[in-house]
Order: sequence, then structure tokens, then C-alpha cells
Amino acid sequence: MQIYLPIAEISLNVFLLLGMGGAVGFLSGLFGVGGGFLMTPLLIFTGVPPAVAVATEANQVVAASVSGVLAHWRRGNVDFKMGAVLLVGGVGGSAFGVWLYSILRGLGQLDLVIALSYVIFLGIIGSLMLVESGRAILRKRNSGAGARKLHQHTWLHGLPFKMRFRKSKLYISALLPLLIGFLVGILSAIMGVGGGFMLVPAMIYLLGMPTITVVGTSLFQIIFVTATVTFLQAAHNQTVDVMLALILLTGSVIGAQFGSRFAGRLPGEQLRGLLALMVLAVAIKIIFDLVTQPADLFSLGTAGGG
Amino acid sequence: MIRGFLHRAVLAGFVLAGVLVASMMQQARAQQVVADLSRHLVAITTGFIGTEVLLFGATDGDGDVVVIVRGPDRREVVRRKDRIAGIWVNAGQVSFNAAPAFYAVATSRPVTEIVPQRLLARHRIGTDNLDLRPGAAVDAKLLAEYRAGFIRNKVRKGLYMEKPGGVTFLGNRLFRTNLYFPANVPTGTYTVEVLQVRQGRVVSAQTTPLLISKIGLGAEVYRFAHRYSAFYGIIAILIALAAGWTAGAVFRKA
Repeated sequence: MQIYLPIAEISLNVFLLLGMGGAVGFLSGLFGVGGGFLMTPLLIFTGVPPAVAVATEANQVVAASVSGVLAHWRRGNVDFKMGAVLLVGGVGGSAFGVWLYSILRGLGQLDLVIALSYVIFLGIIGSLMLVESGRAILRKRNSGAGARKLHQHTWLHGLPFKMRFRKSKLYISALLPLLIGFLVGILSAIMGVGGGFMLVPAMIYLLGMPTITVVGTSLFQIIFVTATVTFLQAAHNQTVDVMLALILLTGSVIGAQFGSRFAGRLPGEQLRGLLALMVLAVAIKIIFDLVTQPADLFSLGTAGGG
Repeated sequence: MIRGFLHRAVLAGFVLAGVLVASMMQQARAQQVVADLSRHLVAITTGFIGTEVLLFGATDGDGDVVVIVRGPDRREVVRRKDRIAGIWVNAGQVSFNAAPAFYAVATSRPVTEIVPQRLLARHRIGTDNLDLRPGAAVDAKLLAEYRAGFIRNKVRKGLYMEKPGGVTFLGNRLFRTNLYFPANVPTGTYTVEVLQVRQGRVVSAQTTPLLISKIGLGAEVYRFAHRYSAFYGIIAILIALAAGWTAGAVFRKA
């Protein structure tokens, strides 16, 4: 059954979209990842204009993060103060990102920047995950847990504007979470992702937050940042397709439910390795598209600003 | 009394019919080609996957028929990729100030056999004869490349087409052709021009409008997104929040 997407201005099969939503939702339920970094490239591969894919996916991540944050909130794992500081940076970053996005679109370089951003981030994250899961598998075989240092003092702790974050048991400069929020906000606007894959490691390794508050707090900030991105993209570029977002959402909600049920039963490390391979495969496909000579060197563009 | 009235009414009817027939004959003499579309409105609804519109008509006898469909003119940009540091990047662009968003030509015989080059250019018959003017001055050789690239892309998207032999005659007076509009057809007011060509001369012509418009839910969404874009953004967020909340509630029960 074909459905005409009013903003993307193409017809796509509803079941294909539901299936994509379901598959990515399943993975996000299984691994607790946002899924935006898989969904946006998939949408682009199916022919949705990259500009629309990115903006619409930000809208979908809002919904996915809300349903995720509720569970963490109930358990009291959200550091609202840290979330708010990240958020201030995130809103600034996403505003800057959306501005950059419309400039690049006018120049005809938006698709390229989206593709390159994906290659870089999917490549880095895929490789890190692969190494990490490989190590974990080896460690299990050798048995004997590697202990990690709990707290380290670096130059980062000498920055001004120190703030106390009770929930995370931290006393650090507010500049650091502001900057992290800002950078993730830019990524969110240009790549149509929540940015959890960047935010979570940054919170753990750079801020030194306890793992238990990291996921809830990152989801909390992602809701607001993706909501800001959705609003700005809709208001400034008119590229948010509500119809597409709703279809993807339906699929991903159902998929996520199955995914989270399976999560306990399957061997985690092997699966994580598999996810890493998938992420790398997507990155390689994008690289392949960039380096092979296109069938036609000429392409139609959007006239200045849309 | 009543009978007298009836007589007069019938008489008046005959006179009226006679006048009508006479005027129609006069019109037919002045206009040797008449054509119409099976519909004058193509509605892009939620299930739209492209559509065909039938054009049918009659000529006064011999000659060929050329049908030209033009969408609204707009500024179009064509970009050229070059290899930079191993990857293919948009490196140059040319914009055309007023290119038809959609363009199709159907003829009853290969167009070069029925119309001389001079007329092809004048009536803008065929994609080679479109009046595409660049927004800024471009080197002529380069412009030709961009122009060809632009037309090739439009043809691939199904937005420009040439169908020699697309017009079929039934007998030697009635003709028909199917005009195809793909799913990605731009909206706006189209003109459908029908030319009758005899011995290399256009002897008669007729123009019919065709409206292509988004209708239904999809159209409302599009219009809303462009007219009240800030409000649309807020609604998009609210929908996502509601959907996420609902999903969260379902998760809790499960």
C-alpha cells in the first residue's frame, strides 16, 4: 500500500516504513540506543530527501526519548540539574545547527555534509563498539574483571563556574556540560539523531557521572534538544514530515517492545558486536556512495533556501 | 390558448436550435482542431501514485497533431559533481530562471517529420527547444552541458518527456493520447496546447488548462506546514510527546 508523504513529496510503501520503524525500534529496545543514527541513513537509502529525513527523524526521536525517560524517572535516575545545564548548551547548539543546515542546503552541500558526518560518527562508534565487545568476549573467556578508576582529577576540574550536581555526586565546572550539550545539539540538527551515542560516553568519561544517572539524564536532555530541532526545522526549513514520523513511530514503538523483552535472553556481547558490524556496514555503504562515480554527474537542486 | 403557447414554444425551440447549430458550424470552420481532457483537475491525495489523463479531440481531416503539456514555470537549479579528494562533491551549479516544472510533448508522427525546425523553436516543441535562460552569464559550452544534464535529470524523474507517436488517430479525424503524471508531479496550473500541423504549418491550435493540486489530509498538512510553520512545529512536538507518553504507559503494563 503506497502512501503519499506530503512534505517529502514522494510515495512510499506503508509496510516498508512500518517494517523499518519496527526493525530499528527492535534494535533500540534491545540495546537501549536511540536508533536515529540507523533510521536516518535508511530513510535516505529509500529515497526520502536527506533534508526531510534528518528533520523528521529528530521529531521521531522526541517520542522515543519520552517513552524511555519515563521509566528512568520513576526509578529516580534523572539528574535534572545536570540535564538543565546540558540542555542550555543543547538548545544553543541545535539553533546553530539548524542555521548551518539551511546555509548548507542553499549551497547544495547539505547532502554531502550529512553523509560525511554519518561516515565519521558511524565509523568511530562502530569501531569502538566492535573493539569493546571483542574485548568483553575475550575477558569473559579469560575471566577476571578489569577494574576502572572511579575518579580522576584532570585540568578539566580547574575550569571556572563550578557547580554542584548532588544527584551525580559531582562538583565540576558548568562550562563542560554546556560545551558537550552545544556540540551534541549541532549533531542533532545536522544528522537527525538524539546524540545519545555521543552524549553517554561524554558524560561517563568526560564528566565522570555515575552510570546509573547517565542514561536517564541523557534521554531527558535529548527530548528537549530534539524538540527544539523539530521546532526550528519546521519553522525555518519546512522539512518535518509529521505523516512519516507517525508511521515510523508506530513501527518503532512496537519493535522496541519486542526488543526490550528479548534483551535479557540473548547473549549481550555478541549482539553488541553484531550491532557494531551493522553500524559499520551502514558507514561503508555511505562511503561507497561517496567514492563511486555517480551515474549522472548532474543533479537537480533546491533553489536557494528551498 | 394552451395549444397556441405550445406551438410558439416549439417554434422558438427550433429557431434556437437552428441558431446554435449555425454558430457551432461557424466555430468548427474557424477552429479545425477541438480537444478536451477526461478531467481538468488532478488531485494528489494520500494514496496518489501517479495518474493518467486522457486527451481526446478531432481535426477537420488531414494533418498531424502535436500536444504540448507545460507545468508552471519556476526557478530550477542543476548541480554538477566533481571528484575532490576522492569523493564526488557538488562543485558547480547553474540556475534557470523560468523552466517549466513539467513538460511533455506527444505527436502523431516523429516530430521532425511533421514540423520544420523554425516552427519547433517558435512553439517550443521538444525539450531541445525549451527556452531555458541561466540566472547568471555562463560560458556557452558549459551551459550546453548543464542544460543537457538538467533535461536528462528531469526525464529520469518522469517530469519531462517526449512521446513521438503518442498521439493515435482513430480513423482520420478523431485522435487521443494518454498524458501521464508521475507521483512526484509538481502542483500548479498546467496548460495543454494542441496544435494541428499540415504541410509544415500550424493551421489550428487550442489551449486547455489543467489544474494539479494536493487535496485531502496531505494537502492540509503541506499547507499548514508552510503557512503556519512555527505552529506546525509545536504540533509535531506535541504529537511526538503524546505518542511517546502512550508508548511509555504501555511499556509499564507490559
